[in-house]
Amino acid sequence: MTGRALAGLLHRRQSLRVFLLLLPPLLWFGTVYLGSLFALLAQSFYAIDEFTAKIIREPTLATYRQLLTQPANLDIVLRTVSMAVVVTIASALLAFPIAYYMARYARGRTRALFYVGVMLPMWTSYLVKVYAWRLILAKQGILSWLFTSLGLQSVLDRVLAAPGIGGPSLSSSYAGLFIVFVYMWLPFMILPIAAALERVPASLLQAAADLGATPAQAFRHVVLPLAVPGLAAGSIFTFSLTLGDYIIPSVVGAPGYFIGMMVYQQQGTAGNIPLAAAFSVVPIVLIAVYLALARRAGAFDAL
Amino acid sequence: MLGPSGSGKTTCLRLIAGFETPDAGAILLDGRDVSSVPPNRRDVNTVFQDYALFPHMNVQDNVAYGLRVRGVPMPERQRRAGTALDLVKLAGFGARQTSQLSGGQKQRVALARALVNEPRVLLLDEPLGALDLRLREEMQIELKNLQRHLGITFVYVTHDQGEALSMSDRIAVFDKGRIEQLAAPRDLYIQPRSAFVARFVGGSNVVEGELARQITGVARPFAIRAERILVLASDEPVPPVHWSCDGTLVDVQYHGATSRWQVDVGGTLFAVERREAGSAASGQPVRLAWPHEAAVLLASPQ
Repeated sequence: MTGRALAGLLHRRQSLRVFLLLLPPLLWFGTVYLGSLFALLAQSFYAIDEFTAKIIREPTLATYRQLLTQPANLDIVLRTVSMAVVVTIASALLAFPIAYYMARYARGRTRALFYVGVMLPMWTSYLVKVYAWRLILAKQGILSWLFTSLGLQSVLDRVLAAPGIGGPSLSSSYAGLFIVFVYMWLPFMILPIAAALERVPASLLQAAADLGATPAQAFRHVVLPLAVPGLAAGSIFTFSLTLGDYIIPSVVGAPGYFIGMMVYQQQGTAGNIPLAAAFSVVPIVLIAVYLALARRAGAFDAL
Repeated sequence: MLGPSGSGKTTCLRLIAGFETPDAGAILLDGRDVSSVPPNRRDVNTVFQDYALFPHMNVQDNVAYGLRVRGVPMPERQRRAGTALDLVKLAGFGARQTSQLSGGQKQRVALARALVNEPRVLLLDEPLGALDLRLREEMQIELKNLQRHLGITFVYVTHDQGEALSMSDRIAVFDKGRIEQLAAPRDLYIQPRSAFVARFVGGSNVVEGELARQITGVARPFAIRAERILVLASDEPVPPVHWSCDGTLVDVQYHGATSRWQVDVGGTLFAVERREAGSAASGQPVRLAWPHEAAVLLASPQ
């Protein structure tokens, strides 16, 4: 076929053109992203032979039974999910006012400064930040020094003595872990919320006020519903990042295990790939459930 | 409120609505100064230029919003929103999403939403600007009927002088942040006070400076409407009680029932509207004349 005939064919058949253009990226995406993900999922339906430590390549639900019936495993799931929920809520509360200011009030230079400021921490090495936080939170670290010099030692002690969140020092407590998680993921919450709020025209707020809404009512009825897609996107980031992370909980060492650490350990030292795979299915399922709930609650109606 | 873009008419509307606060002066609503009352407690409602419908609410909820925030109970809310939708001929559209509406329908929803609170003044910010010509003319008539029917004051911003003349009881002509003239449409058209009003509202010829003195003998600018000017042959005698001047025909634009002639008189271009096209070639010398009473003396420029 001559080049001209081929050009003519492509011109007439638009779907063929789209298909040919999309084929390479779709192959890449399908193989590398989804293919490996499904290979991982398939692994979770195998089980390991307890004696030989060999993977038995036969479909079984034994690994899931192990995951869901052993109290230690359930604890890990529960601990990770609670942390993810608390981190997400705290991030949303911190992010919203900043995002609101960025989208509504900041103009020109200030606005650029805010965007760069929010993204700047994401440009530095993740590990450096985690280890820096370990030093900040350490027993002799800057934070406890600050509390002591402000005469607030007793407050810190009370936090560390609190059951569930405390520990010998901030760097080995759930409270410390929580602080580092929120620090790490906050930009991922700010940016989607700011993007959602930027799409809300100022005239909508004026219309609400014009019709008699108090500022609080206008916020509840207009701003918040229209920011929900951004909140949903941001919370998916913070939620899934917390569910999957294993470096932060292992460096800022709280006593209990998290899902990510378990995956790391099971597929590494323990060599139990099926159990590691089953653990990594947990965040996927949780996020799917979360999205379904958000959708049912109308979170995406304004999209 | 009529004026070119940037003349301050929308700012004035926003001052009345309460979205801006005046640096000086007062905004009186039924004699009461409301300049420090926030928009949500002012008895005025606005139809926004971009309609500003809430995208996450359906038509019914949009219209009922003003009642919802005032704590009107549900059954009454629905009844009154229904009445408002009837009023703008959108009965039965309540369950639609705003994204499913055409521009004209969005316009009507915005109108119903603003009317549902029964405000004392309705503010409209170029409400028909985004509609096509036919729909715009339809809505002009409807808005006017609605205003008569409801008997509330409409404050209407437009830059279209035809729209302003056909719809208003009184027109404020804005220029550079000031009201140039406030008058009934007919008075504005017949008796413009300044060169700006004469040009912007009437499309009049404005004659200023030395030329004005040569023609009338008085050094004051005057306006003369295009359709009041007679075109004579260059040697034809001027009728009695007429002023006249001589010029050269520059161009003839044919408009069907009328034709528009451009005549250059000593550097000033006159527009003349004639019923009959006549036969004329550009470059031809002509004499213009008009009765004394057709010329409107304007305030001298400061």
